This record gives sequence, structure tokens and C-alpha cells, in this order.
Amino acid sequence: MIRLTQVSKQFRTGIFALTDVSFEVEKGEFVFLVGPTGSGKTTIFRLITREALPTVGEVIVDNWDVAKLPNNKIPHLRKKIGVVFQDLKLLMDRTIFENIILPLEISGIDSIAATKIVEEIMEKVGILSHRDKFPIQLAGGELQRAAIARALTLEPDILLADEPTGNLDQATAKEIVKILEEINKKGTTIIMATHNEDVVKALSKRVITLNKGQLVGISGKKFKAHPEHSENKSAIISIEGEKPEEKSKQAEKKKEQDEDF
Amino acid sequence: MKTFKITWRNIRRSPYQAIAAVFVMTLTFLFISFFTFLLYGSSKAINYFESRPQVTAFFKQEVKQTDIDNLKNQLNATNKIASIKFVSKQDALKIYKEQNKNDPLLLELVTADILPASLEISTVKIENLSDINNMLKDSPLVSEVVFQKDVVSVLTSWTNALRSIGLGLIIISSLVSIFIMVIIIGVKISHKKQDIEIMRLIGAARWYIRWPFIFEGIFYGIVGAILGWLISASVLWYSTPFLSAFLKGMPIFPLPLVFVFGLLGIEILTAIILGVLSSFLAVLRYLK
Repeated sequence: MIRLTQVSKQFRTGIFALTDVSFEVEKGEFVFLVGPTGSGKTTIFRLITREALPTVGEVIVDNWDVAKLPNNKIPHLRKKIGVVFQDLKLLMDRTIFENIILPLEISGIDSIAATKIVEEIMEKVGILSHRDKFPIQLAGGELQRAAIARALTLEPDILLADEPTGNLDQATAKEIVKILEEINKKGTTIIMATHNEDVVKALSKRVITLNKGQLVGISGKKFKAHPEHSENKSAIISIEGEKPEEKSKQAEKKKEQDEDF
Repeated sequence: MKTFKITWRNIRRSPYQAIAAVFVMTLTFLFISFFTFLLYGSSKAINYFESRPQVTAFFKQEVKQTDIDNLKNQLNATNKIASIKFVSKQDALKIYKEQNKNDPLLLELVTADILPASLEISTVKIENLSDINNMLKDSPLVSEVVFQKDVVSVLTSWTNALRSIGLGLIIISSLVSIFIMVIIIGVKISHKKQDIEIMRLIGAARWYIRWPFIFEGIFYGIVGAILGWLISASVLWYSTPFLSAFLKGMPIFPLPLVFVFGLLGIEILTAIILGVLSSFLAVLRYLK
């Protein structure tokens, strides 16, 4: 579903945001992308949504080579991918309902059908009572739910959640993760960037660890796609040519080297 | 329909910018309307003067009708005459009475005998007037020649100057309105940069974002054109009685409704072009 092959991203300033990163995420999988601030998590999301182009390497999303995608196809790609942005990116001058219905409006879905879809999703994430409120009137967890709801309106194949539990208390964070888990159970591929260890520990999902733009490890069980949700039943996710355990050892070794340095 | 809704919301949510844009467009179309009315009036005035007798030859008191007829035939033979009309002493008295019907004192003193008979002549081409004028002056029958060449030529040169000035002002005001519209729509785009960014990230196509701004330009143009036309048409309608009295005899006022409403149609079309052009420039400049 998503494959990054030896991807590097260098900014104009010369700083590398990512260096030689390769990994795959299978259809229907739930993957954590962990690492400290500045480790390149958001950059990976930006590359997947073609918000940025890789300096080197290949980003494949659902058989589309994202870097080679013509400009007129970018909206199609972005409709396939729901994104919960780190800063939420809700429009402050629109109500929660208007924010959530926006992707449907953009896709030209008629307003009656769109309203029905939005109300269902709002109900699902538990913010229907805040329908006509403006973002400034809601609490952090509610805003996070609104952002998730907006990302789900077009029933995307992939959901990228960038620190969706950041700045939230434990209980609310748990609720958000629960919502994401339920979405994943219905077949949506989810990559969640986080540095909330509790959340990662609570779910036994594969974890891709980044540090200073480099992939330092992939841990967790191999993903077996649910027969209903995946055509590819032999889904194996690993750094190309390497077993996760080996990679994990390598990461530890690298960590030690870094510390020695 | 959705695009219109977004356009209307954008206009509503920044009313001062909308008023400024409409105001600039109104001024432009006010210029266009006034100059069009002025040019229409002046060209009508030229037509009026051109159709009037351009040379009037007044005969001496003792001249006989046969001599006048001979002169008339001589003039017709030149093939330069468009029309020629003999005004007898009696006709002259009638005209005099008509012109001074409100002043009985003037009427009492005048009889047909003291008024001269005359020939009112129009030429095919305005440049033939001098030849006809000379021919009449040389005639022993004629006591005085009134020559209107200067009136027409002065009016023509005034109209030409007016046309140039009007065209220049219309071009300048159109350019100014385009630039101001580009700035206003550009400010709006900059103001909504974050919204646009978010819309792009959630899959909005380029034209989904562009259309509302283009429609906004068209809206300002059309509203400006209608307001400019309304103001100028109202001024024209209000001043028609006064102007008709002032330009007595000239069949200029009231201006035909077909012309006035035709102008509105042309102005709306121009407004759409100006609106599209300016908003498209703004979109290209600020929505890369």
C-alpha cells in the first residue's frame, strides 16, 4: 500500500530531514511512527501526501509513484489519504460541521448526501452535539475528534495521524486511539506518528522508529491482513531485505554508537 | 452553485474590500457612461448642424423671382448642392413670428416687406461650402451670405478632442480599476492563504480554489457597471428637460431607450471582461 525506498529529503538549507529511509506499510495495517521531535515523522507524511518531494528515493502509494504524479492527479491522491494534521488545520471561521463537510464539498458530493455522511461520522467520533460550534469553542480532544472526522469523510484508504494525542490528557488520548483502532478494524490503513509511549505500548502494533531523519528500527509483529480487508494476504512488512529483529539489533547498535560519539 | 455560495460568503465576510472594489468599478463605468452620452449627444449635434442649411443667402429687396430662379438653377448645375430651399418674404415673416411669438412688441414692428427673401443651401460635402459661398458673394442679387462652415468644423474638432480625451480617461480608469481589483483580490487571497493551503491538502483541485475569486471579480464588475450606469442614466433623465430647453431645436433629447439600455448591456459585458481579467491576474500572481 505504502512503500518508501531509500528516501532522503534535503531541505534548501542543506539539512537532511530524512536519510535513506525505507519501509513498507501493508493495506489495512496500523503502524506507529515514533521518534523525538525533528526525527522526520511529519516529513514522511508530507512526502506521502506529495506536500513535499523526496530528494532521493521513491515513494509509492497504492501503486502510484508519488514523486512522478502529474499535478492534476495530486487532488486524487489526497482524496485517497485522510490526514489528521499535527496542528489540526481546522478553518477557524467555519463551524465544526462546515469543516468536516469540506472534503465532500471539494469532491462535489451533493449537500443532502454529504450532510448525512458528516452527521454519521460526527456521531461516530462523538461530536455531533458540537455541530454548529466554531473550533475556538471546543476543547483539545473535541478538536482532535473533529480533525479525525474530517479526515474520514471521503472514506480514505489511508489515514495519516500526526501526533493525534499530543497535548491531550491520558483518558482523552485513549479515546482517540480507540477511535483510530475502530477505523483500522474497518480496513483503513493507519500510520500514527506519536511520541506517547503509553499509547504505543497499549497497542501491539508495528512500530517504525526514527531518529534524526534516519530509520533506527522496526519492531512488532508482522502484519497479517484481514481477508476481508486485503487482497494481498501475504503481507509482510519489513525494511527491505532485513528481518525486523535484525533491524532492531542494528538500531540498538547504532544507538550505542551515537551515545559513544 | 457551490462556487457561487463560496463567492458570496467571501464577499460578505470582507465587506469593506467589497465596497472598495465596487466603488472603483462604479467610477470607471460612470466615466464610460458619461462619455458615451456626451459623444452620442455631440455626434447628434453635428448631424443636426450638417443637415441644417449651411449657407443662407439673403437677397436684396428689389430682386425679382426670375433672377432668383436663375441663380438657383446655376447652383444646382454645380452638382455640389444637396438641397436648396427658397424662403420668401412671407415665409420669413412666418418664421420670425414663430420665433418671437412670446414677444408681441417685436411682432408689431415687423412686416414681410422689411424681411429679405433667402435661399437655404446644404452642400453634399462640407468642403464645397467655400465654393458656394464665393459664388453667392459674387452674385449682384445677394446682399448677405451667412456661412455655417465654422460651426460644424469647430463642433467636429471638439467632438474629436472629446472622443480622444474620453477614450484616454476610460482606458486609464479601466487600468486603475484592474490594478485596484488585483490588489483587493490579492489581499483576499493572502488573507485566506491558510484556508487555501488546508483545502489543497485535503484534495481541492486548483480550479476549485480559483473559481470563487474569479466570480468575485465578475461580481464586482457587474455591480460596478450597473451602479455606474444607474447613476449616469439618472443624471441624464433628471437633466433631460433642462438640456432639451438649452439645446432648443436640436433633436438630441431624450436619448433613445434602446441606446441607453444597449449601453447597459455593453457595460455589463465589459465589466465581466474586466472582472475576469483582474481576478485572473490576481489568482495567477498570488495563487501559484
